[in-house]
Amino acid sequence: MKTPPIEPTAAPPPPATAEGPPPDRVGPRRIAWARRWRSLVRVARTYRRNPMGMAGLVILLFFIAVAVLAPLIASGEGLDPTCPCTGVPFQPPSREFPFGTDNLGRSVLTLTIWGARISLLVGLMATLISMVIGSLIGIVAGYLGRWPESLLMRLTDWFLVIPFLPLAIVLASLLGRSLLIIILVIGVTSWPSTARIVRAQTLSVKERPYVERARALGASGWHLVTRHILPNVGPLIFANTILTVAIAILSETTLSFLGLGDPLSTSWGTILESAFGSGAATAGNWWWLLPPGFAIVLVVLAFTMCGFALDEILNPRLRQR
Amino acid sequence: MSVLSVRDLRVTYRTQGGDVPAVRGVDLQIDRGEVLGLAGESGCGKSTIAGAILRLLPPRTSVEGTILLDGEDILGMKPGRLRAVRWAGASIIFQGAMHALNPVQRVGDQIVETILIHGQSDERGARARVAELFEQVGLPTRRIDDYPHELSGGQKQRVMIAMALACSPSLIIADEPTTALDVMVEAQVLALLKELQREFGLAMLFITHDLSVLVEVSDRLAIMYAGRVVEDGPTEQVFFHPKHPYTTALAAAFPDIGDERFRHNPSGLGGDPPDPQAIPSGCPFHPRCPVAFEPCPTTDPELRPAGEARRAACLLVEGALTGPQAGST
Amino acid sequence: MRGYLIGKVAQALLTLAFVVVFNFFLFRVMPGDPAALLLRGSAAFNPDTLEQVRVDLGLDRPLPAQFVTYLGDTLRLNLGDSFFARGRSVNTVIAERVWPTLLLVGTSTIASAIIGLVIGIYGGWRRGSAFDVGSLGFTLFVYSMPEFWFGILVLMAFAGGVGPFPAIFPTGGYETPAAGLTGLSHWVDVLNHMVLPFFVLTVAYLGEYAIIMRNSLIDIMGDDFITTARAKGVREQQVLWRHAVPNALLPTMTLTILSLGFVFGGAITIEYVFSWPGLGWLTVQAIDAKDFPLLQGLFLLFSAAVILANLVADLLYAYLDPRVRAG
Repeated sequence: MKTPPIEPTAAPPPPATAEGPPPDRVGPRRIAWARRWRSLVRVARTYRRNPMGMAGLVILLFFIAVAVLAPLIASGEGLDPTCPCTGVPFQPPSREFPFGTDNLGRSVLTLTIWGARISLLVGLMATLISMVIGSLIGIVAGYLGRWPESLLMRLTDWFLVIPFLPLAIVLASLLGRSLLIIILVIGVTSWPSTARIVRAQTLSVKERPYVERARALGASGWHLVTRHILPNVGPLIFANTILTVAIAILSETTLSFLGLGDPLSTSWGTILESAFGSGAATAGNWWWLLPPGFAIVLVVLAFTMCGFALDEILNPRLRQR
Repeated sequence: MSVLSVRDLRVTYRTQGGDVPAVRGVDLQIDRGEVLGLAGESGCGKSTIAGAILRLLPPRTSVEGTILLDGEDILGMKPGRLRAVRWAGASIIFQGAMHALNPVQRVGDQIVETILIHGQSDERGARARVAELFEQVGLPTRRIDDYPHELSGGQKQRVMIAMALACSPSLIIADEPTTALDVMVEAQVLALLKELQREFGLAMLFITHDLSVLVEVSDRLAIMYAGRVVEDGPTEQVFFHPKHPYTTALAAAFPDIGDERFRHNPSGLGGDPPDPQAIPSGCPFHPRCPVAFEPCPTTDPELRPAGEARRAACLLVEGALTGPQAGST
Repeated sequence: MRGYLIGKVAQALLTLAFVVVFNFFLFRVMPGDPAALLLRGSAAFNPDTLEQVRVDLGLDRPLPAQFVTYLGDTLRLNLGDSFFARGRSVNTVIAERVWPTLLLVGTSTIASAIIGLVIGIYGGWRRGSAFDVGSLGFTLFVYSMPEFWFGILVLMAFAGGVGPFPAIFPTGGYETPAAGLTGLSHWVDVLNHMVLPFFVLTVAYLGEYAIIMRNSLIDIMGDDFITTARAKGVREQQVLWRHAVPNALLPTMTLTILSLGFVFGGAITIEYVFSWPGLGWLTVQAIDAKDFPLLQGLFLLFSAAVILANLVADLLYAYLDPRVRAG
């Protein structure tokens, strides 16, 4: 007796390859990204309910706006001491100069506004370098294990031990005074803590069952790192980034204050440098000293609050029960 | 007089996600020298009861009802009296002595501490008492000055038992005392507990999810589900002739190897225990109940007499539907 | 235990070795002529001095030979001659300025740690309370503030005197110059000069300790043995101080010592602000003078100090934690 041929009710799905979803199908990659999108939305929602995080975010957006819109809110000519828009030096706040004037008669308000650009820029760029180096080292160390890991972690620990400011001072003194150098110096000296965190996270992700399964299925190292480890380590890296920016901004301020900053640009640190150097402290020129300092405090505070809020969300142990 | 008398206990945790009613009206009674077993799955509220008895729950938790220990009202006690009653009136043996002992304090000192607090002896007398206790639980006295990490799981649990006995309490609450131990050690610890309970005539509240353990140890059994007691009575009766479908399922989930009855009856209850913040309407068990029938989703059964010294909260129990009505939820 | 100790000491030495080697390569691998790099921007930049520097640093010799010489010199604590301190050796210059830093940084670190830890303990214990939220807020604020800015404001307020603030403290320095005070009155004078920088350094860093301790304590409070302690009838105060704190203190200690590196950073800027004649101010002066041998010497010293502090922390931890002591 002939058995009727079995008609497939639908074409069997082509095998999902590691390279991407098969055409016209909801492949594994789409599913994974959809899942990540959902958890991102969940994090955002939880974040919104966090008062500290929201306050930080608001302050941050304010300063970013100030930095971006600087040319519109305070004329760039105000930074030029020969500009006719300058006033009498060392003047306390007045209607014309809400924050008073510095030793060259420039408006401290203008200086502070423009200072936001450099301070934020240096902070962000330096952090970028630091995160890239740190993440690279952390992931490679965590993933490769054995002697590469020991070597890299030993290196990281050594760098962690070396006190930041003396090292940065030596480097910056040698290399000279420019924006790029400051960014490089801060970036190159702050990667260790990131590397440590990333490595720890990489290690824990590496042990998870789905990674083992992927490996058993023959996934290549590259695939494992980019598709499994990176997306899971990513959120933690991000939270850490925020906190690193705060530190980077403080570092730039300190280095500039000590005379290692770019003499041609205005950052909050260089404002304080010239203020202190001109004897503003003993002379009581509070209007010159307070604004840049407060700006730094607010920005660093904002970054830190956002970072803490994110950390609270991503690190369950610290959450209120 | 009963050692422990709990009436209409209601415990609600306050969390960021809202209120969680962990215990929703529980009555318990334990007499002198009696062992009451309290069984149920995780999340049914049994550990909460253990914490409630000595007021060890987080500060903002709402605890209502009556708890009488040796006739004294626990919930209304002043802090000073509460501290005196803690351990001397009732003591607790915690699960997983993994972290139940202070890692940086010697085990002997941890027991001495509580003896001294309750003024039951001076330093020397306390040390002697500790040696005596160690002997009773079968621990070598040279271990008295060890740190917790130097002891095995079974040894740590014996230390906890010794500590629980230290102030001669009337009641011992054993909260999953053997859950974290391997089977062989578990058997030893259980035997020890039975022996001590008999020797000292202790009243015990034995909390666990493992019914088979309770069959050996307890005189009476209470089964909890979704924050309420759904059946109680003498152990043998409840275990071998359950009146509540949940009890039947629990008892069946632990097959005896070699017992014919289990060979062709794979059991095990499907589904999960209900989320305390989303308890099903009517009888909380009805979604998983194999014998649920028409009134179950709408009628919340009360705990009613179901035999001699037995109670069960099921609509299948005689008189549940015709007697004074339990209101629908 | 002994293996642990030896291991830790070996690690410390290895780290120190790394720093020494790193120091050597620091300006030899920079692009360009190291001698020119060293003298760049200074008044002494001329062919003769360049040549002199090249010879001094042995730059005309092959690299391995340079390294050996460098190693030998460093081990004998010969760190070269300061460029601009009239040819005196780096050692001498540094040695003169060690004591003021030790005095200021030592005392303020101790004060900072004690106060910070206590704040952290109470904050963590009463998590969410007004005290906790308040101290967290305060800590956060101070942490976000450049410590030297705080120093400048304090200087302005209490030494310079501005607005409602009285100028009651000296504007800087270690002692009143040319006053010729001795004995007790000398020390009172020094103390008087130390009040402001001490205050600033203490406040600037107590937040770090507070947060570390607070988090450590919160972690510990989630552990079961805390419930056991309460169940045993132990008073809340004792649960905190006899059970929670000893356990929370252990991880806190290592983290605390690790932050010592930042304290040195603060020392540099604060000494500068208050003209306190210690190693910190010396560093800033070295920056201005482009005195690289001095800067390198200071860098080595600071690093060595932190490495030593870490070692001490590890040893202390080993001694205090019974779990480590046994194994």
